[in-house]
Amino acid sequence: MKLKLSSLVAALALAFAGGAAQAQISGNVVKIGVMNDMSGVYADIGGPGSVVAAKLAVEDFQKTSKAGLKIEVVSADHQNKPDVGSTVARQWYDTDGVDAIADVPTSSVALAVSQVTRDKGKAFLATGPATADLTGKACSPNTVHWLYDTWMLANGTGSAIVKTGGDTWFFLTADYAFGHALERDTEAVVLKNGGKVLGKVRHPLATQDFSSFLLQAQASKAKVIGLANAGGDTINSIKQAAEFGIVKGGQSLAGLLVFLTDVHGLGLQTAQGLIVTETFYWDLNDQTRAWSKRFAAANGGKYPSMDHAGVYAVVLHYLKAVEAAKTDDGTKVVAKMKELPTDDPLFGKGTVRQDGRKIHPAYLFEVKKPSESKGPYDYYKLRATIPADQAFRPLAEGGCPLVK
Amino acid sequence: MEIFGIPTQALFGQLLIGLINGSFYALLSLGLAVIFGLLNIINFTHGAQYMFGAFVAYLLLNRLGVSYWWALLIAPIVVGATGIVIERLMLSKLYKLDHLYGLLLTFGVALVMEGLFRNEFGSSGLPYPSPPQLAGGRNLGFMFLPNYRAWVIAVSLVVCLGTWYAIERTRLGAYLRAATENPQLVQAFGINVPRMITLTYGFGVALAAFAGVMAAPIYQVSPQMGANLIIVVFAVVVIGGMGSILGSVLTGFGLGLVEGLTKVFYPEASNTVIFVIMAIVLLIKPTGLFGTQK
Amino acid sequence: MTGEPSSVSAGASGDTRHQRVAFALMIAIFALLPLVVYPVFVMKVMCFALFACAFNLLIGFGGLLSFGHAMFLGTAGYASAHAAKVWGFNPELAIVFATGCAALLGVATGLLAIRRQGIYFAMITLALAQMVYFFYLQTPFTGGEDGIQAVPRGRLFGLFDLGSAGTMYPLVFVIFVGGFLVIWRAVNSPFGQILKAIRENEARATSLGYDVDRYKLLAYVLSATLSGLAGATKALVFQLASLTDVYWTMSGEVVLMTLLGGMGTLFGPVVGAAIIITMQNYLAQIGAWVAVVQGAIFVVCVMAFRRGVVGEIAHWLRKPL
Repeated sequence: MKLKLSSLVAALALAFAGGAAQAQISGNVVKIGVMNDMSGVYADIGGPGSVVAAKLAVEDFQKTSKAGLKIEVVSADHQNKPDVGSTVARQWYDTDGVDAIADVPTSSVALAVSQVTRDKGKAFLATGPATADLTGKACSPNTVHWLYDTWMLANGTGSAIVKTGGDTWFFLTADYAFGHALERDTEAVVLKNGGKVLGKVRHPLATQDFSSFLLQAQASKAKVIGLANAGGDTINSIKQAAEFGIVKGGQSLAGLLVFLTDVHGLGLQTAQGLIVTETFYWDLNDQTRAWSKRFAAANGGKYPSMDHAGVYAVVLHYLKAVEAAKTDDGTKVVAKMKELPTDDPLFGKGTVRQDGRKIHPAYLFEVKKPSESKGPYDYYKLRATIPADQAFRPLAEGGCPLVK
Repeated sequence: MEIFGIPTQALFGQLLIGLINGSFYALLSLGLAVIFGLLNIINFTHGAQYMFGAFVAYLLLNRLGVSYWWALLIAPIVVGATGIVIERLMLSKLYKLDHLYGLLLTFGVALVMEGLFRNEFGSSGLPYPSPPQLAGGRNLGFMFLPNYRAWVIAVSLVVCLGTWYAIERTRLGAYLRAATENPQLVQAFGINVPRMITLTYGFGVALAAFAGVMAAPIYQVSPQMGANLIIVVFAVVVIGGMGSILGSVLTGFGLGLVEGLTKVFYPEASNTVIFVIMAIVLLIKPTGLFGTQK
Repeated sequence: MTGEPSSVSAGASGDTRHQRVAFALMIAIFALLPLVVYPVFVMKVMCFALFACAFNLLIGFGGLLSFGHAMFLGTAGYASAHAAKVWGFNPELAIVFATGCAALLGVATGLLAIRRQGIYFAMITLALAQMVYFFYLQTPFTGGEDGIQAVPRGRLFGLFDLGSAGTMYPLVFVIFVGGFLVIWRAVNSPFGQILKAIRENEARATSLGYDVDRYKLLAYVLSATLSGLAGATKALVFQLASLTDVYWTMSGEVVLMTLLGGMGTLFGPVVGAAIIITMQNYLAQIGAWVAVVQGAIFVVCVMAFRRGVVGEIAHWLRKPL
């Protein structure tokens, strides 16, 4: 009898232990929320394409995973407003069972979402936002910043251009936090590499007409005009610069934050010669080409932007970390994401640092002339590759409290 | 030689650019002033109709291969026609009510139009090339002036002066002005007042669309382009005097110059200087610089 | 607004029975709603409902259309966020301080704006609001596009931790009901009667000896103050104050809420705010159609539904609501 009882107890204990070995997934579903600008100025950079990318990642993960996880992808439009983003994030976490939020361009929204994510102990997979503060003074144990940030953009474009002879600069800056940060970081890099800043002018956000500012840039006779702005402002600056014959006059334009979709909107006639830094381009190698074709087929023929690639890669890595950590608790999964080295067809091999910063190489591109392009989206030629360990701000300089 | 630290050469360049921007303000505020001055309608849809005009030009070029020059003619007619539909179906029913209802209606229509365009075309803006006949520019010594921009100034002056002349100096204009003062009396003379009002609204809208086509080669064609401009244009009309066409035109050009100077000395404020001026004018002379008490 | 004869004698001092019933209904709904609906969402509705009610005081009862009310919502939002986060104020002090700031701004802008009427009044409030927006865009304390983030909710009176919805909700509820009662009282008081008289026929009110400008200014400042109260509370609910709250499109939204709900009715703005916020929330998933739907609502309301939801109900009941 005793033996039977103890073996019964033992059997029960084993059963429970066996149960615990299964993943502890809240609600039995891993829910990923893709939040970005679906209808505004950044809709082409992220938008519905990011949802497509996330779903591709889920598909690819399920092909190789043995965990048998149920995974769902939902999406929402934050309209570039921090209050909308923070409300949706709260609601997603509190009532809809979302475990991780991905994308979120527009730094102000990203900072708000990062805070809410931290308070609720979930995971924030940031690919869209630019602010380097997300892994600096606003870093969080629940946030992973993939893709790019202002420091990388400044360093990538800035130092590469100075080293190839563009040593006098004039800045055209969007007058808000992001623009200031980009201008400050790029100026520091230019000066460090022995260049000079001949002048700067700040324009209000969403300016229509840049002719006056471009005139000042022309008058300065700087070799490089740095565009410390984004989205519609960058597009308008470039278009009007072409109109005023700036590039023909011998000065070159450095787009500090430009996406492939922006170039597509401008057309090569206008954008040729522009120098940009991105961390992904569909035509880099066979793997990126193959994935991009798949993506385009699912996205109405539109090729992926850097942000779409980032969403794919970060969701894939997140799911691998969920499988390895056997839970979807945000803090634990993010810790696991930092533990596991990353490997995906789009960014190659890399790591996620202690401060949440993902490290991968960056690429300096020049926009082709119309004669050099073989078709739509064939816009870039590679000028230089910046190795991963130099592309991003050193760990110690960020001021992140998580770094000891 | 320098004025306030800026070499005169550069200053002239900035003033010229200011004048070019002023041409757009003048063209746009002309349509608004016509509509408000003659019809007492506050047309908040003006910005969306400007955007619609630019899009018509874009679609004409990209779907039908119709050039810029034809678009200058076709777009105002198409958009003006839609304006007439709006007036007949909706605005005319609001005349007996407080004018602010007209404002709210046109505000709503603007939202709908912009939303629809945004759904269809996205918001990052579409490129529209300058017509090849106007490409390039000439070096004026103190700056490089693109030919297209010079064209804008010329056309704007012609259209503004032409419209002003038509309204202030021709018989048709006289009928129109009389009709707004005393519709019953004018109607008693056998003139079809409602039809005149409808056509005038259509004309004002057509002016907005015309400005849109002119703007397409310079600014990206985007659903947002009107929303960004509309409150500035309102400010211009209010400053110029809501009843006065000449006032709006002069203020439009004047604002372009003031804004140009602000961009040199205090660029961050260039979006807001217009509102400061508007507030000051409203406090001192609420009917505007050239306006008359209605 | 003048031009639309009010078929219901708005705010006749007799027969407020229907109003009392409606009030009890409203209280009951808002008290019980958090049990079935996400509480943060209901708190958002209450804040905007208070904002719309405050706005309605000016347009519905005073006949003045302001296109710049966002400046009060936003100013109080920034003030309360800054006070709570940087100066470490307790939430009740932060809210009081912020409401005071909005009131001051109301006095300053009111003195300038009241001198004009109709479309000029609307334009001048718009111009002033744009200048306020520009000021906040430039000054560093607002954090520009980022806004003031991570605002602590703190402890109410130093005792009740507002971190959870369980304690925050009652506070917001009390503030909303309190603000609503102030408006109700103001509307049904002699002051409110004179205001309505001014709206109907300003010349006659002047000829009767009333200092019209003083009454309009008072209504304006009261409206500004209560809008500020809404903004201050909202900043603590969301723990965030951003530029969206001072931008002119926010002023347009409150006009929409009031128009849809029913201008000149007491409960209209509450209903209007609830509908618009719910719609925005629901459509956020679909994204692109929000602007179109809002524009369509504007058009429909102006063309065929001028009394608004509550206005229509009141008309049908032949009683003021």
